[in-house]
Amino acid sequence: MSSMLLEGDAWRFGRNVDTDVIIPARYLDTTDVKELASHCMEDLDPDFCTRVKEGDIIVAEENFGSGSSREHAPLAIKGCGVSCVIASSFARIFYRNAINVGLPILECPEAVEDIETGDRLRIDLEKGRVENLSSGHSFQAAPFPEFMREIISRGGLVQYVKARLQS
Amino acid sequence: MGMTITEKILAAHTGKEALRPGELINAQVDLALGNDITAPLAIEAFHDMGAEDVFDRSKVALVPDHFTPARDVRAAEQCAIIRSFALQQEIEHYFEVGRVGIEHVLLPEEGLVLPGEVIVGADSHTCTYGALGAFSTGVGSTDLAMAMALGEIWLRVPQSMRLTYTGELGPWVGGKDLILFTIGEIGVDGARYRAIEFHGPTVETLSMDGRFTMANMAVEAGAKNGIFHVDEKTLQWLEGRSSREYRVFESDADATYVEELTFDVSALEPQVALPHLPSNVKPISQAGEVEIDQVVIGSCTNGRLEDMEIAARILSGREVHPHIRVLVFPGTPRIVGEMSRRGWLNTLLEAGAAVSAPTCGPCLGGHMGVLADGERSVSTTNRNFVGRMGHTGSEVYLVGPAVAAASALTGRLTDPREVMEE
Repeated sequence: MSSMLLEGDAWRFGRNVDTDVIIPARYLDTTDVKELASHCMEDLDPDFCTRVKEGDIIVAEENFGSGSSREHAPLAIKGCGVSCVIASSFARIFYRNAINVGLPILECPEAVEDIETGDRLRIDLEKGRVENLSSGHSFQAAPFPEFMREIISRGGLVQYVKARLQS
Repeated sequence: MGMTITEKILAAHTGKEALRPGELINAQVDLALGNDITAPLAIEAFHDMGAEDVFDRSKVALVPDHFTPARDVRAAEQCAIIRSFALQQEIEHYFEVGRVGIEHVLLPEEGLVLPGEVIVGADSHTCTYGALGAFSTGVGSTDLAMAMALGEIWLRVPQSMRLTYTGELGPWVGGKDLILFTIGEIGVDGARYRAIEFHGPTVETLSMDGRFTMANMAVEAGAKNGIFHVDEKTLQWLEGRSSREYRVFESDADATYVEELTFDVSALEPQVALPHLPSNVKPISQAGEVEIDQVVIGSCTNGRLEDMEIAARILSGREVHPHIRVLVFPGTPRIVGEMSRRGWLNTLLEAGAAVSAPTCGPCLGGHMGVLADGERSVSTTNRNFVGRMGHTGSEVYLVGPAVAAASALTGRLTDPREVMEE
């Protein structure tokens, strides 16, 4: 993982943000990350991909990434510069896809409750600490099991398998 | 301490005697599946991993079913990536248009998924094969790449929840109504990360087609897998489909469940999931007056022979409402052939329905029946999210095949009991 310390502005979303709004199926005829990123969230917020800045952080309520298995969803989010997704909970395929492609995610319902769009956040990924600089509150996210930390620290599943194939 | 069927299958594929929920494992994969949307990314990742050959060319299935027959040049190019990989790797189970079906209808029909196996697919509805007593789950493209390269998948052993259904089903109520009702009860994240076990006398009376429909939508409640126990019906259905040996697993009587629910479904009406969540479920009598523009019958959820039979029975000798379009997507070429032999193709055509080659088509707003702003579709598919079938201002009402066919006649959301005697 490139950096364990992140800082960015929050974009707040509600419950059950599904992969069909993260990246609509009509755009799934490419694997080009920049192109996918240019449509990220457009069915939910048409301005999102033009206004989101490098390092910004998506904050969402329960069941983020529900629906399809498309890995294009975490890739599109990563591609538009989002540095991390914090959610009250994640749908399971999105959760594993994010870990596999190296998109940092944190499960932390308390932080989600506190954070508003535009809040300035600082995150320590290694410790799972979320600091809301706008409200002055800090939160502790659930830690990842060791096996997932290994994938994350290698930068994703591709590197993990590569190492296995070479050994 | 006993184990559930899910824990036993995963243990057998990990070389362990026992497993407990929460454990992280690398399980051996019996079949790895990709489609024209997810396989191109997986093939990229496969090459990035430095992999040269797939772990077993008889244990990979590549099924271009989403935007096929290729909807445009870009979709054709994605399909070309798969074709070239399949030929180069000599993948045994690669299906061209003409032989391709909707993946989750096709693979069981072809005998490629069997009880006790572990199947992973880069498609969320891979959970369908749980109807056969297999562990099957949807994963991402990089997961598929790992499965193709190593024949393994990383998994967290899920907690199991046990759902029991009692009572005799009323007329025109089937597997789709049971699973919609269930999702309405427990919510779209009611089974998140969990295995759902389907039990009880009601599901024992269901046909295999009805069980596939239920397992298919386990993911709509957030589940990792949905699974049925193997019974006489399963064994009969499997006869002649495969020469591979398989193992039948059963949950122990003292297995641990995180939650157990029992539903008496004897008074269950046909169910409808209103926009824009599969859990927004109401009995049809309370769904209100909904004028529609389109009816879709088919998909990996309801594109099986039984679904086609129900549609043909209701539309037989009648005409679809003049202001709407009815699109039928049988799951596989064999099903189309059987419909032809039984005269149902003519029945549907004479009623004014369009019958397509097997494809996922409009289910995910891909092609072959995408909705305009403000349009409404009654559909036997599995998701009704904002923009799922087309414009973000369109609406999808999820139903079983009987409600879909009845609505095709009236041009509004309709209880099949209104247009049929029994």
